[in-house]
Amino acid sequence: MPKNDIVIRIGGESGEGIVTIGEVFVRIAAFSGLEVYTFRTFPAEILGGHVIFQARIADRPVLSQGDEIEVLVSLNQEGYDNHIGELNAGGVVIYDSNRVQPAGGGDDHVLCPIPVSDLARGMGFTRGANLVMIGAMIQLLGLPLGKADQVVTRRLGHHEDLLSRNLEALGLGHSYARQQVTQRLPAYLEPPTEGAGQRLVMTGNQALALGAIAAGCRFFAGYPITPATDLMEFLAKELPRVNGALVQAEDEIAAINMIIGASFAGAPAMTATSGPGLALMIEALGLSSMAEIPIVVVDVQRAGPSTGMPTKTAQGDLYLSFYAGNDEPPRFVIAPSSVEDCFYQMINAFNMAESYQMPVIVLSDQALAPRVETCPPFALDQVRLWKRQMAEPGAGNSFERYSVTRTGVSPMTTPGTGGGQYIAEGLEHDEKGNPDDSPQMHETMTEKRWRKVDSARHDVFSLDNAVEEWGDRDAAIGIIGWGSSLGPVKEAIVRAQAAGYRVAALFPKILFPMPDVRISRFIKGRRVIIIPELNMLGQLGRVVEHRYTHQIVRNAVDIISLNKYQGLPFRPVEIFDEIVQVTQALTRRAKMAPAQKVGQPSLRY
Amino acid sequence: MRTLPEPIAVRELKSDVKPIWCAGCGDYGVLNAVLKALSDLRTDPASVVIASGIGCSGRFPAFVSTYGFHGVHGRVLPLATGIKLANPELTVLAVGGDGDAFSIGAGHLPHAARRNVDITYIVMDNEIYGLTKGQPSPTSPLGMKRKASPYGTTDEPINSVAMVLCYGASFVARGFSSRPRELAEIVKRGLQHEGFSYIEVISPCVTFHDTYGLYKELTTPLPESHDPSDRTAAVMLALETGVKHLGVFYEDARSSHHAQIERLREKSGGEFSLEDVMARFYR
Ligand SMILES: Cc1ncc(C[n+]2csc(CCOP(=O)(O)OP(=O)(O)O)c2C)c(N)n1
Ligand code: SF4
Repeated sequence: MPKNDIVIRIGGESGEGIVTIGEVFVRIAAFSGLEVYTFRTFPAEILGGHVIFQARIADRPVLSQGDEIEVLVSLNQEGYDNHIGELNAGGVVIYDSNRVQPAGGGDDHVLCPIPVSDLARGMGFTRGANLVMIGAMIQLLGLPLGKADQVVTRRLGHHEDLLSRNLEALGLGHSYARQQVTQRLPAYLEPPTEGAGQRLVMTGNQALALGAIAAGCRFFAGYPITPATDLMEFLAKELPRVNGALVQAEDEIAAINMIIGASFAGAPAMTATSGPGLALMIEALGLSSMAEIPIVVVDVQRAGPSTGMPTKTAQGDLYLSFYAGNDEPPRFVIAPSSVEDCFYQMINAFNMAESYQMPVIVLSDQALAPRVETCPPFALDQVRLWKRQMAEPGAGNSFERYSVTRTGVSPMTTPGTGGGQYIAEGLEHDEKGNPDDSPQMHETMTEKRWRKVDSARHDVFSLDNAVEEWGDRDAAIGIIGWGSSLGPVKEAIVRAQAAGYRVAALFPKILFPMPDVRISRFIKGRRVIIIPELNMLGQLGRVVEHRYTHQIVRNAVDIISLNKYQGLPFRPVEIFDEIVQVTQALTRRAKMAPAQKVGQPSLRY
Repeated sequence: MRTLPEPIAVRELKSDVKPIWCAGCGDYGVLNAVLKALSDLRTDPASVVIASGIGCSGRFPAFVSTYGFHGVHGRVLPLATGIKLANPELTVLAVGGDGDAFSIGAGHLPHAARRNVDITYIVMDNEIYGLTKGQPSPTSPLGMKRKASPYGTTDEPINSVAMVLCYGASFVARGFSSRPRELAEIVKRGLQHEGFSYIEVISPCVTFHDTYGLYKELTTPLPESHDPSDRTAAVMLALETGVKHLGVFYEDARSSHHAQIERLREKSGGEFSLEDVMARFYR
């Protein structure tokens, strides 16, 4: 029986082709009709340092990087020593037997020695070692050589002599493994022979970038920062092709001011950064709120504070996104939950920015941004764009740029339009944009700007991708989460339900404004709400407690924050265990002391 | 530059907002020079954007009936860069004070210069922070005593013309608000120059640092023999002590930022379709 859901890890020093092997292997798997989901760590240094490339491959959609490792691929001794402890009992080790000496004879594991270095040297092509290893891997794990040939040809097609040598190396590894390793491995794949539909193989950042272009983005300014940089690199190539422009700015403050300028002049505009960059952008985010200029800011969160851990993940910028800024600048916050969702939430981001003339922050993270997932092709023909509301100015200097309206949205003009002249103003101003700091005007305009948030509520929560809710509707336990922890939560719930537990879950994709009606209703029927987050303080948890105090108190609901702050994403088992524990505590409580809390009080700081 | 068949009178180019500047402030002279330049060039006010940062000088856009953007302190250059790139048909001016330009916003100057963004940047240099009521600025004379420097300042003033010349700007000039006619001519040349036009304007603050007398003495036109295509000579003149030259120090005709971006678009080539880009990611 094939085990059509396996986790493969390749570990070692960076620069050893680990990522190449991983990426090519994953593409072969996807090309063979399987679903993939990668997880990788990055070395702190450019060259050298330890990296992990992990791929989960299955015949059904994969939602997380999984819990355990079934196959370890080792190119050198260190790549073996550092990871063997995490390999499942009975797991498979595929290794370069010229460079790796399995410790203790490897009794607990199935050993597949491949003399990769010798084989490559034998064909006079030492650089082909990676392909020899890939050849062996596909043979051992059940992927077809024909598909592998096609993937390698696609990658190297334009270098003809290199291609033939690489294909030769691939074949060599494949035939060696077929002849020398005759036993059936405990973990192997069996790709579907037909019926695998069209799928995309894409990273989170690529999906955000593609979504931006689809949403009409025509101007980007940004400053390089891990893990947001490759989003800029993608757009650097594509934006000029749609008559757009991209500037690598001198810093993040410049970047955000450039996009505000560009948007004012009529081009839908965005920037992308990580936490430290977002911190620098806060003043100008307020300008976007005040002058009512639409912009989109992507924050690919990483662990902090300060420079923190540039290559490690976190969900620590929710407070920053919600609240940072002097006084109270209205803005929207969106958190996509998967590679596919990145595309669609980017459309929402531009639509909300453009139609409400406000800044929108999109919160991705270091785990989601670089990882490769298979997902259905994006429904490009179903993309609906919400445009700016434009004014048709009359003659004279009477245009009221900041007219006070019922929705809060004031029709605007683009420079170049005769009679539409106005000053985009960062000072408090009257309807014409003239500075005015009278008590009445500040009150009126503050309310007008915030009224847009209320108006947006109506429009955005009718979108079917604004909130994702699933699970057992009347379960006593509910999970509320955000962003890229959706996958692990989904998987944990599938497992919990299979084991007889009942759970419901709700993930707002549009985080601010909050879907108050949905969340209130969700809280109401529950006894316990678990809020898993990759931060220490439980930022969404605190917002929920504060915002829905009434519902929580009246229904005697316990809010339990499940926090992880190691720089790593959730594993499904961590969520699953929490569901089990909370269920047991609820059962105990029902039997014994009804007033007893089921968990630690969540607010510690 | 989008022009009108008939020039618009300076009167009509003014907005109905009255300047809030102190009587005698140098910024009035700069405003008049800019209005005259726009009128002389028959610029269509609907195609002009005046962007600014924060300061007394930053209030400038409100007094002109063009489009304007009053942004945050020190960020006028990136703001103007975005405006110009999004619509190169606009005539874009950036204006502000010496604090805005050389202190909080100093990091943006070399980049606007080296990109050669096609905007005209007018710095109203009064050697003081006017709006915040008289603290020393990066161009204040050494030893200047104010409330924030009761024993005198310790920092050398910046020579902005020399600095911006060394940043590689393609147009560098200095004017004086007390000579609005000459200043208007400089502004016109700056507006017509396709690239980054830097204009330092000596614009005294009568309230906190009155330098009218001093600069009537110290200013003198650039020598007639000066060749504005000679950057080295321009730097030497800018570094001369005991004198402040007025006029166009330097001008060259290298390609502007938006022209270069247009070239990138041609290089990026090919019909674009979202489907094709997505198709690259099919497994
Ligand atoms: C981020 C920020 N810091 C400080 C200020 C306060 N501030 C406003 S204008 C200004 C300096 C103004 O001096 P200058 O740029 O020379 O312009 P002037 O008023 O002299 O025309 C300062 C420090 C501010 N508005 N924003
Ligand atoms: S304080 Fe100085 S700079 Fe400001 S308006 Fe008055 S004179 Fe002009």
